Amino acid sequence: MSSIPTLLILLAGLFVLLQFAPGDTVDALMAQMGGGDPATAAELRRFYGLEGSAAVRLLDYLWRLVRLDLGFSAIYNKPVATVILERLPATLLLMFSALSFAFFAGMLLGIVSAQRVNGWADTLISLLGLVFYATPSFWLGLMSIVVFSIWLAWLPPGGFQEIGAGLTGIWLVLDIARHLVQPTITLSLIFLAIYLRIMRASMLEVSTLDFVRTARAKGLRQGEIIRRHVLRNALLPMITLIGLQAGTMLGGSVVIESVFSLPGIGRLAYESVVQRDLNTLLGIVFVSAIMVICVNFVVDLIYARLDPRITAGAS
Amino acid sequence: MKALRHFLFSPAAVLGLLLLIGIVGLAIFADLLYPRDPLALAGRPLQWPSLGGRFLLGTDASGRDIAAQIAHGARTTLLMGMVSTLIAIAIGIVVGALAGFYGGMTDDALMRMTEAFQTLPNFILLLVLVVVVGSNMTAVTIAIGAVSWPAVARLTRAEFLTLRNREFVQACRTLGLTNRWIIFREVLPNALAPIIVYGSVVMATAILLESALAFLDLSDPNIASWGNLIGQGRKVLRSEWYVSAIPGVAILLTILSVSLVGQGLNDALNPRLRGR
Amino acid sequence: MTPLVRIEDLSIALPGGADRPYAVEKLSLTLAPGEIVCVVGESGSGKSMTASALMGLLPTSLPVRGGRIMLGERNILGLSEDELRAIRGPEIGMIFQEPMTALNPLRTAGDQIAEMFRAHTKLSKQEIGARALKLLDEVGIPEPASAYRAYPHELSGGQRQRVMIAMALALEPKILIADEPTTALDVTIQAQILTLIRDIQRRTGMAVLFITHDFGVVAEIADRVMVMQHGRVVESGTVGDVLNDPKADYTRALIAAVPSITPPPPRVLPNKTIATVRDLSKTYRTGGGWFGRQRRVTYAVKAVDIDLPSRATLGIVGESGSGKSTLARCIVRLLDPDHGTIELDGVDFGKLGGETLRRHRHLVQMVFQDPYASLNPRRTAGDLVSQGLVARGVKQDKALARAKELFTLVGLDPSATDRLPHQFSGGQRQRIGLARALALEPKILVADEAVSALDVSVQAQVLQLLVELRDRLSLSMIFITHDLRVAAQICDRIAIMQRGEVVEHGVTAEIFAAPKHPYTQKLLSAVPGRVNAVEMSR
Repeated sequence: MSSIPTLLILLAGLFVLLQFAPGDTVDALMAQMGGGDPATAAELRRFYGLEGSAAVRLLDYLWRLVRLDLGFSAIYNKPVATVILERLPATLLLMFSALSFAFFAGMLLGIVSAQRVNGWADTLISLLGLVFYATPSFWLGLMSIVVFSIWLAWLPPGGFQEIGAGLTGIWLVLDIARHLVQPTITLSLIFLAIYLRIMRASMLEVSTLDFVRTARAKGLRQGEIIRRHVLRNALLPMITLIGLQAGTMLGGSVVIESVFSLPGIGRLAYESVVQRDLNTLLGIVFVSAIMVICVNFVVDLIYARLDPRITAGAS
Repeated sequence: MKALRHFLFSPAAVLGLLLLIGIVGLAIFADLLYPRDPLALAGRPLQWPSLGGRFLLGTDASGRDIAAQIAHGARTTLLMGMVSTLIAIAIGIVVGALAGFYGGMTDDALMRMTEAFQTLPNFILLLVLVVVVGSNMTAVTIAIGAVSWPAVARLTRAEFLTLRNREFVQACRTLGLTNRWIIFREVLPNALAPIIVYGSVVMATAILLESALAFLDLSDPNIASWGNLIGQGRKVLRSEWYVSAIPGVAILLTILSVSLVGQGLNDALNPRLRGR
Repeated sequence: MTPLVRIEDLSIALPGGADRPYAVEKLSLTLAPGEIVCVVGESGSGKSMTASALMGLLPTSLPVRGGRIMLGERNILGLSEDELRAIRGPEIGMIFQEPMTALNPLRTAGDQIAEMFRAHTKLSKQEIGARALKLLDEVGIPEPASAYRAYPHELSGGQRQRVMIAMALALEPKILIADEPTTALDVTIQAQILTLIRDIQRRTGMAVLFITHDFGVVAEIADRVMVMQHGRVVESGTVGDVLNDPKADYTRALIAAVPSITPPPPRVLPNKTIATVRDLSKTYRTGGGWFGRQRRVTYAVKAVDIDLPSRATLGIVGESGSGKSTLARCIVRLLDPDHGTIELDGVDFGKLGGETLRRHRHLVQMVFQDPYASLNPRRTAGDLVSQGLVARGVKQDKALARAKELFTLVGLDPSATDRLPHQFSGGQRQRIGLARALALEPKILVADEAVSALDVSVQAQVLQLLVELRDRLSLSMIFITHDLRVAAQICDRIAIMQRGEVVEHGVTAEIFAAPKHPYTQKLLSAVPGRVNAVEMSR
């Protein structure tokens, strides 16, 4: 939470940086309209609040941020907050499913790997982890489309739901789920690889600690030792990792949403870069930072619940 | 060198090293192998790869030689990956060392900044930077370096924090050595091994970031790039999927080799695995 | 009485590349009901391996190469993992050295005791809870009900060890293995735990195998003793026989190396004071930072006055958390005191800062505790000793020549200056640390637990060297220690610290003969083996 003031400073920095960007929204609009005279451009600039000195606009911008007013998008002709809110559900859903999949699958594989350290299962899992880690997610997405959507025609190649199918209730949910299978898996594999590696290392590390020796001296079964003594201690670094990786995963969704044409804020970020919609881009930076902060807050709460040595709120 | 021997006894590390040497060789000799401009029209578009044919890896939708683009793309990828990694490590070491060694207010201020940088998703931050500084190769390389340093800073800080309180560092202070001497000659050499190992992770991430940027057509359009080729191939994915597939494999192999070498280094340098 | 355990000709191999083929070689031992057998030895003697083997807990890298461990009619070495599990807990209980790390930090003390019942009995939940609570009461934990719910980090070191003991005794085993159970504890806590173990043992009639390196503890608790060296038994017998009339040279040397608790008569000291500390305080703030959460201020050192006579040794004695190390670090200015003055050899050392402080640092030098952590592993021994001189502007080759002289002075081979620290033994490393401190020709030497990490025999040599050098180089010394025996032998004056304050100070012999402060009295009476065999043998 204490990073919010710093975050505002950073956003101000970004705002100033963007003032140096070649070309602004009006240039982009003019290009879309096929050119125009300087008078129209000046008019448009006044309309979108793009005139005035940088300092004035910075203060104006910060004051608006504090009121959670993200400005107006010239390209979409709507307030930026509205544009982002429309796109948020798809991204949230994708993030949640990818994070859950990466975390639980990574954890399970990590446990199996650590249990059979240096056996064939361990070698196989570690090899898979290496390959997943090295595969660019957008490329994997494309290849997955080739195989599962084009050749096998099992899954839709993109989109968030069947347009115009008019589905409701459970069928709508299933339809969205079907559309999210490929994006979720392609986005999560690299994180799965990271979680698996950390879980394996963490399990092995905890297994060497003194209290595990105590547990053995108490005559507990191997399964009980793992479940009651190793697992929870080994999970602590994994929990920390969720917080550290949240931002990276959100960044990854930019390409994945572009590959699978998902209407999320990642794709919106890409579009606003192409269209020089700087207000929207800054809005996305702000919103994604807030999302990461929220994830970290939840992570801190979970951590404090798992580890009695930490009291909630103190980092 | 015990560490070197340990490294060379690990088959995975050696495999990674050979692979990396191969890719570096490809990058170095790209001009000899394919002296023509890789982005110029070379032949009929969309020819499938064939062993005996004129184009080993086929041509893309614009009739450019894919093999030539792969060779020249290796140069782009490795150069960008290495330089941006160096930038990230340099920034990270300076920030982390100052924060970890001096502690107190310095630490507080620097770590707040690092946290804030980690809070902004690095790819989105990269997009903003590309908007500002443009998308020529130098700018993109610097931008990637500028978004990749926070993890290095945290790692360096953690190392410095533990080393700072070690008795040998305290002994140096009682001897009246200067802070500069202690940081550069006593602490840094002991902190360097894990940072160098982590460099492989930074490089892998940098390569991914660059290829993703090029895939979205936001990187330098005048330079052969694997990511860009994948993006071009997307338009003909339905039938000529090889255009996207081939450069993807190149990226995969490059990152695989970098990670394998990094892991080998880690096992070789990590004293905990080797015992005292 | 028929023995509960018979170890016959046990041999345990060491992995290849070690300095000897066996960790334990041809070891035989019996353990009868109602007796406490101490296995004594220095580090690496194989004493802990023996305990692990008895539990069937040896790591796979240390295979058994011969012999039997008979528990009644069963050979432990031939049992399956399931059969071993049925023995661990119900038949043999075990406690370890570090009670902090030996308990799972994420689960409550009560839960970890209750687990013993859950794993081995079919008792109901209520029954288990009641039993665990009763056990906590029996091991003398105040407020057993709140200790039951406490996590390990909320308990003190002594309480954690009591929880471990309660856990080991839960199923009323006939045998208790205690692997250095008091080594990590303060001396007063150690005395309580030793009493507790002996009381329980008397009450239940169980057999105790007690692993230790400390002859004081042996004198305090043992019925029979077995002395080990390099994996072999060098001597065994009743505690009286071994301590009063040791047969083996090694045992004799070990016992002779234990410093006596009776100080020698006081030396005549010059009537000059070289260091004066007045009203020194150091506080620690926890929490806080830029966006002020709640701050807590704790005094590590509180209004301390100290006088160090020239050429004397002043001992600062205290248990962990007494502030003795913080005080030492303030005096050498590794920490900045919040308040008070430090005057060293006429220099107002406490007020110096920046460049002036660096120039005056040669006045006082420090020898550190940990022979491993106190030397930079990447620098040669010669570098380590000469770098202080180089920093003061002495030419590299001159500094190295001086380092070689210092090597001779501290009893090291001067040709070894180009070796790295890991090529030296613990005692040799401490000598390198001493040479480094002496390189700047300090007036005052501060030794912070400088011999605590060493085995007794090595400890005795280093202490001897310190005294010699003090007299030869006219040094004055501040000697920080938790060990009253060491303090008795080496210090002219001592100051006893408790919770950041000096509670008593004066001439060593006088304080040891007639301690005035209740804490000093408690501390002295807790020294193990004080009135037992070790003292009588002198």
